[in-house]
Amino acid sequence: MTPLVFGQITIDWPLAVHSFWPILQGGLIYTIPLTIISFVFGLTLAMVLAIMRLSKVKFIQTIARIYISIIRGTPLLVQLAIIFYGLPDLTIEVSPFVGAVIALSMNVGGYAAETIRASILSVPKGQWEAGYTIGMNDAQVMRRIILPQAARVSIPPLSNEFISLVKDTSLASTITVTELFRRAQEITATSYDFLLLYSEAALIYWIFCFVLSIIQGRIESRLDRYVTTH
Amino acid sequence: MLLEAKGIQKSYGENQILKGIDLTLEEGKVLVIIGPSGSGKTTLLRSLNLLEIPEQGTLELDGDRIDYSRRLTKREIQNMRRKSAMVFQSHNLFPHKTVLENVVEGPIIVQKINREQAVKEAQQILNDVGLSDYQDHYPFQLSGGQQQRVGIARAVALKPKLLLFDEPTSALDPELVSDVLKVMKDLAAKGWTMVVVTHELKFAADVADKVLFVDQGTVLEEGTPEEVFQHPQHERTRQFLSKVLKQI
Repeated sequence: MTPLVFGQITIDWPLAVHSFWPILQGGLIYTIPLTIISFVFGLTLAMVLAIMRLSKVKFIQTIARIYISIIRGTPLLVQLAIIFYGLPDLTIEVSPFVGAVIALSMNVGGYAAETIRASILSVPKGQWEAGYTIGMNDAQVMRRIILPQAARVSIPPLSNEFISLVKDTSLASTITVTELFRRAQEITATSYDFLLLYSEAALIYWIFCFVLSIIQGRIESRLDRYVTTH
Repeated sequence: MLLEAKGIQKSYGENQILKGIDLTLEEGKVLVIIGPSGSGKTTLLRSLNLLEIPEQGTLELDGDRIDYSRRLTKREIQNMRRKSAMVFQSHNLFPHKTVLENVVEGPIIVQKINREQAVKEAQQILNDVGLSDYQDHYPFQLSGGQQQRVGIARAVALKPKLLLFDEPTSALDPELVSDVLKVMKDLAAKGWTMVVVTHELKFAADVADKVLFVDQGTVLEEGTPEEVFQHPQHERTRQFLSKVLKQI
């Protein structure tokens, strides 16, 4: 193939084709697992934090409030650096991937906690009372009556957080995880074709997020089956 | 006596809603509580199911007794609460569960009855309230009257000692009221013990064994429907009755 020329810009098609697979591979091996694992841990943490925030015990509320405040008030990049470069000073060493999972999970936990808390509060008080009157205890009402309804409300904001997380995993490149973006960086080190390679990386992120938004729509319409007829 | 409440007092801040109310009810009887809005009748009813905890008073229900002025444990509250079941004004059905799932939820999850038997009993109850064709519908697909009948079925499925109704027809379109009242009449005829807060005086006259007129947190009249409706002792009662009857 001969290079296509647009004014000053030349697209190196062979490089575009050859680099596509290694970059995508970084996405498949690291970006996607990192996203999914961090999201699962993050949501679990968020659920605990949300319930702590709703606790009647002031002390428990405060712990959760402080945690959320710190996570939301500091850059993810700094959180990653503390976990990966800082913890070894306390003789806790983790691999880059595990470090990234820890930092991203903690971050998702802080953000998603407020989303989950708000969605729990959005379920009418009458639902709690109806649960109590059929003899349920707090935990049963929460699990069987409140959370399923809260889930419906929280899917759109949680999906946004999931999509943000896909993109935030690119920060793991700074702690040497060879995920999607770092693969592109590595190739630029020899080819110097920044525009092409970073655009390719951007394209792959966009494809991932596009697919996710389609899945989000499917989940939403499934959870809407008890409020609409479509 | 199946039910005996004594000296029930409840305040919200400065505002005393219930000022020492007594009530008793024998098994198999129907008690109707009437009164102007804000009189405390709903709070009184909710106290019987411990959705409100009064500051003072005692409640005896089916052989168990609690003193509201003591700090009650969750277990005590739950134990007492399970003796009765509430039908709410706004039905409070579980929107994410089908009609059948709404009705079997309590029996299966709380009472640990096996699913097959719970479903069989629920289907029978749904048949009794005229909703056997709707068991797989979601609440939003039903009319207000149908939703309320599911609410009643959900309460009945628990086989409580006492059924509580909090203005079950007040939120309904007029033409849907009679279906719900008919279901309630059937339950009374079958011998269920019921406490009903309502503005339906005709229902009270037809079904109640006893009527309580509550005004400003106290019981002003107590007696058979005939006594309360035909020979009220207080001017307040007469005023209330004439006002409500004028609406009809």
